[in-house]
Amino acid sequence: MKDKTITILHLYPNDMNIYGDYGNVLTVKRRLEWNGFKAKVINYNQGDIFPNDVDIVIGGGGQDSGQGKIQKDLLQIGPKLRGLADNGTPMLVICGLYQLFGKFFKTFDNQIIEGIKLFDIETFAKPERLIGNIIVHSEEFGDIIGYENHSGQTFLGHKVSALGRVRLGAGNNTTDISEGARYKNVIGSYLHGSLLPKNPNIADYLIENAILNKYDKFSKKDIDDNYAELARNTAAKRPR
Amino acid sequence: MSKPLVTILGKTVRNVAKLRGGGSALPGLVVEKIDPNFIKNTLASLPLGVVVISGTNGKTTTTKMVVELLEGQGLKVFTNKTGSNFTRGVAAALLGEIDMKGRLHADVAVLELDEAHAVHFVNKIPPKYSLILNVMRDQLDRFGEIDHTANLLRQIANATTIKVVLNREDARVAAIAKSLDNDKVSFFGLDDSLLKTFPSDDDLHNNNSKSHNNIKADVTLSKFDGESATFLINEENITTNLKLTGIYNVFNAAAALALVRAMIGDILNQNKLVKSLSNVTPAFGRGEKLILKGQPLELVLVKNPSGFRLGLKSFDPSKYATMIAINDNYADGRDMSWLWDVDFSSLKEIGVSEVSGVRAYDMALRLQYDEVLIDHVETNLKKALNNFIKNNPNKPKRIYCTYTAMLAIRRSLNKITHVEVIR
Repeated sequence: MKDKTITILHLYPNDMNIYGDYGNVLTVKRRLEWNGFKAKVINYNQGDIFPNDVDIVIGGGGQDSGQGKIQKDLLQIGPKLRGLADNGTPMLVICGLYQLFGKFFKTFDNQIIEGIKLFDIETFAKPERLIGNIIVHSEEFGDIIGYENHSGQTFLGHKVSALGRVRLGAGNNTTDISEGARYKNVIGSYLHGSLLPKNPNIADYLIENAILNKYDKFSKKDIDDNYAELARNTAAKRPR
Repeated sequence: MSKPLVTILGKTVRNVAKLRGGGSALPGLVVEKIDPNFIKNTLASLPLGVVVISGTNGKTTTTKMVVELLEGQGLKVFTNKTGSNFTRGVAAALLGEIDMKGRLHADVAVLELDEAHAVHFVNKIPPKYSLILNVMRDQLDRFGEIDHTANLLRQIANATTIKVVLNREDARVAAIAKSLDNDKVSFFGLDDSLLKTFPSDDDLHNNNSKSHNNIKADVTLSKFDGESATFLINEENITTNLKLTGIYNVFNAAAALALVRAMIGDILNQNKLVKSLSNVTPAFGRGEKLILKGQPLELVLVKNPSGFRLGLKSFDPSKYATMIAINDNYADGRDMSWLWDVDFSSLKEIGVSEVSGVRAYDMALRLQYDEVLIDHVETNLKKALNNFIKNNPNKPKRIYCTYTAMLAIRRSLNKITHVEVIR
């Protein structure tokens, strides 16, 4: 049998890579391999040619300066990303790229940084930095455990749903209890940690959808998630 | 209150605090409350003034090197040895050194200061010289963003009155030069051939280490082979054997040399300088070597992804048993994300004997994804240390540990056996 390959597009690893968001790429890559698939990671940086065959898209957070650097390029590839999303391509974007997948980010001095409008969300810079351990509950994924560190506050519009509701921490903003956003198979979230290693069911959700999109069937292999389970238990008991 | 009285009061608190065992910053706090100008007035009298050393990684070892290099030149140096790198810690250290009249018998004060605290300090007491080592991701839950931290370092540079020594290879640190007069800046740097050994945080997920040799560095580390290092100083290559382990410590030696050159200038005795350098040992827990039951045991403090990466690169894992201990107390940083910015695949071949600390399972999970085999996971540090020693009787050992894990491990080591510290 020919090796089945899943292609992961890693968005802007040069500029949007803080707080260990690379762990999300690594987790998807390894779990694909452990399921017997070949995982091909394409690093997409500004100015690169957008590849044709993309099965999963992953992006992370960045410094404000990093966000400024990639914004123009992101707007150019925005239609392609929206097209992929509408066709059911699974995606995970964290923090900085989550914000830029929305309508706009309004900075402290009232500058509008335009996003790609994949999510119906709006983000505003606030003086307070929301930092600490966070637990979010989702009907679909159960408790989601991570670490947040952001000063932008995000508000959801009518065309998206939240990833979950906050049990500990701040999440999207300090006004409501929502965290993250969902549109089709796209997940946006503020959670670092990295998110996927300690929440392997979200990693498997991305993988399963990517495989089903491409190969129509998927029989999942057992992966030993004992360390993840124990790390989740510890994290849930730590101070904010 | 008069100065002698403040001094006596402070010294008394210091002695009482010592009797109770610990609290290196407490007496300083008391003195600062009674006389806010205590440090300023005491340090103002020093002929060479105040030197501030700051940056994310390597402050403690670099400060130790600078002190020993200056002492090798015959100077009497005051420093905040206890590693309590806050203003209070400085005041506490001063109390131990001054005489009853409040005089400090020293030529210069060399102080290690944390970025945020350094800004408060230099606003009160402008240093004559400062050395800015690097700015990397460290406990970002405390400072927020790396660009913000770079800005704190810029403020230290701006407050410095005579000379600022900067790291040419760290883009954010080198950029500080733009806001300073040319004659106020000097650089230390790396030869291009060594650049790939020091990826900056920005080059974490690519291999784009850029050459900066268009800027002239006063001291350049040009070669390092594990035991001896060659520094290019004034167009002249100087090779010396070192007791320092780890290439990052050796790069910091270039920083220390550049600072001392900036301070002493023409009257510098180069032979003595090289001799002092060859005798410098690493600071507490920074590649420090102990002997345990006839086998070496190395403690490597890891605080952030760049430090951990450099540690893994600097120490050859073969022949060694490895333990990793990760805590998430305030002093360690609460966020575990940083572990995912470290590549552990160099440990794949030999595996990790013991994983411990409050966040042992986060570490174990991280190793699982780099497909590194683990013998044991034990969150209790004392038990883990016992396992580690018991399971590796005839092997040299190395422990990578976060700050509070290192303190706990040292306490346990002292109980298990007489621990000899190699000086």
